[in-house]
Amino acid sequence: SHIVLMLADDMACNPRNPKPATVFSHKNMELNVYGDDVEVDYRSYEVTVENFLRVLTGRIPPSTPRSKRLLSDDRSNILIYMTGHGGNGFLKFQDSEEITNVELADAFEQMWQKRRYNELLFIIDTCQGASMYERFYSPNIIALASSQVGEDSLSHQPDLGIGVHLMDRYTFYVLEFLEEIHPASQTNMNDLFQVCPKSLCVSTPGHRTDLFQRDPQNVLITDFFGSVRKVEITTETVSLNRDLAGFESK
Amino acid sequence: QLAVPVAVVFAPGAVPGDLPRPLPFRDVQEMEISINLRTSVTSRYEMVYRSTTAQEEAALDAATAREADAALRLLQDTSLGSLTMYVVPETSSLLPQGVSVYVGKHRSALVRAGGGLAALHARLRQLTQVMPFTASSMRVPDGQLGPDARRHLKSSLGTDSGGQIPFLLYFHWDIEDAVNRYVQPVLDKLSLVANFSVDSQILYYAVLGVTPRFDKESSSFLLSAHSLPHVINPVEARLGSSAASLYPVLNFLLYVPERSHSPLYIQDKDGAPVSTNAFHSPRWGGIMVYNVEAPASPPASLPLHVDVDMVRVMEVFLAQLRLLFGLSREELPPDFLLESPGNEGLADWELDRLLWAHTVENIATVSTTLTSLAQLLDKIGNIVIKDDVASEVYRAVASAQSAVAKLAAGHLHSAFQASKEAVTSSERAFFDPSLLHLLYFPDDQKFAIYIPL
Repeated sequence: SHIVLMLADDMACNPRNPKPATVFSHKNMELNVYGDDVEVDYRSYEVTVENFLRVLTGRIPPSTPRSKRLLSDDRSNILIYMTGHGGNGFLKFQDSEEITNVELADAFEQMWQKRRYNELLFIIDTCQGASMYERFYSPNIIALASSQVGEDSLSHQPDLGIGVHLMDRYTFYVLEFLEEIHPASQTNMNDLFQVCPKSLCVSTPGHRTDLFQRDPQNVLITDFFGSVRKVEITTETVSLNRDLAGFESK
Repeated sequence: QLAVPVAVVFAPGAVPGDLPRPLPFRDVQEMEISINLRTSVTSRYEMVYRSTTAQEEAALDAATAREADAALRLLQDTSLGSLTMYVVPETSSLLPQGVSVYVGKHRSALVRAGGGLAALHARLRQLTQVMPFTASSMRVPDGQLGPDARRHLKSSLGTDSGGQIPFLLYFHWDIEDAVNRYVQPVLDKLSLVANFSVDSQILYYAVLGVTPRFDKESSSFLLSAHSLPHVINPVEARLGSSAASLYPVLNFLLYVPERSHSPLYIQDKDGAPVSTNAFHSPRWGGIMVYNVEAPASPPASLPLHVDVDMVRVMEVFLAQLRLLFGLSREELPPDFLLESPGNEGLADWELDRLLWAHTVENIATVSTTLTSLAQLLDKIGNIVIKDDVASEVYRAVASAQSAVAKLAAGHLHSAFQASKEAVTSSERAFFDPSLLHLLYFPDDQKFAIYIPL
């Protein structure tokens, strides 16, 4: 599996962070999510709408290293998770740019034209997140959002030591749900749709499955998470002549 | 339209009585193969019927079919994509008892005569199912090797050595020699299809992602079939081959289990042990488990020197390589005998099949790519097409047309080269960084800017 991480990355080493180079998921400071095995591929000024669309569509300058490319083919399942400030039909990048739902839908269509994905799971946690998946028109996409149009997505818990909230509600409950999943799990997409009901999230999470060919009931969570690959037992062998010299002239 | 030149050569005593015309004569048979709802390919078999020359008769006098095949190879038409069928008398001892058709490892087959012309045509039809292009051997529009247009494949071979190696082993795997002897000939043969480079590495203290089960009856450890999909990801993270190259990578891993988990065997779905002790994953590569045998008596001095049996390992890896390339053994009729390709890894006609399939796939890919590009241009009217993008598009179209023409004429080699160029050009045009639609002010953003004014 291959992960491309795009972070504005202004939090871990922010002068206001009392514990520099750490980002905790909970104020009990158990889990440092900015640990040793986190690899940020696009950071700070590199996180732009243009770079994001370039990664998706593959229209990348030839000098881009392998870790910054999507490298998917027609058998790849892709998970895209986006979070930040957003509104009706857009998501903010870096306080200076926006990506619109139309651009995102067009980018997915370009990916589909070149068969850069088999199935795509799109999860977005912003205010009015459902507006971002309204315009999708390419096949094989499942989309989840933390709130409907007109609703705000709320954050989960403040850390008074730092002075900001640590995580958003929808993301917090999705993570809690995913902690229970192990590679052999049979949990399906319908269970993921139930995560964070209005009582916990205050906003109403939404999802869209009309573009997806399979029934969500039959789609395993591990199809997108956990990189479980299809394998086949090798039953054949080639019979080699042991004594043959390496270079046979033809 | 595909043209396949076929020669049917009759040895003395094998000519059926009911030939429509005296030898030699020509005939054309067409067969339509539909690949999907919109695409189908017409195969034109251009048949030449003739009798054997003196040299061919001498070759067919050989003791075994294999020797005859080797001798005939020098005499036949060896251009890519051609097929020669030699008809030997019914009573000939060249073919073993009970075998009516012997498929050699070059581009010919030996067929036992009998039953007249209709039976011969039936045999020929069976042969064309096996040897040249069939619908099952390809998918449209993408090839099986991955999206990279340059078709450069990197093979990475690795050994994982588990924690405590028994008795302090000095583990020696002569990979350089093995690659030169066994892998390189196969890759050389496939060099028409793709460029390859081979790397190898050794990883120590690797851990399998799953815990094998101990089986008391056989006192060995077992990996069940349903735990195999979870093995690859943890290992892949440590391989480092992802940093190596931009081209698709195939990984072949040899895993030596740690002493506490030896010997380790893989079980298939029915619980039976797998003879190769190996499994593979499409588009990724293969993993084989190599158990070091415990010596009968404690060794005189530690560490114990272990030489990996590279032939056994390469037999499995090359079989996996064949499967990853899509060269599987199809269902053969019971009286067919298929010659094993030996150290070359694949028979000439298998290479032909691969080339046919890739040529057709390439042409289909080019047409979908360019159509999609045209649709993009329709949608965003003010997109700027740079000169080099335009020239790539023209080159792609020209090469694709040339490939189609050459296929219809039966020149497989040049058709394949033309199709490869067409795909490279079309991919370069489609993925040009300047074509990002964001750069061209999508209409909805224009309204957002201008309406408030």
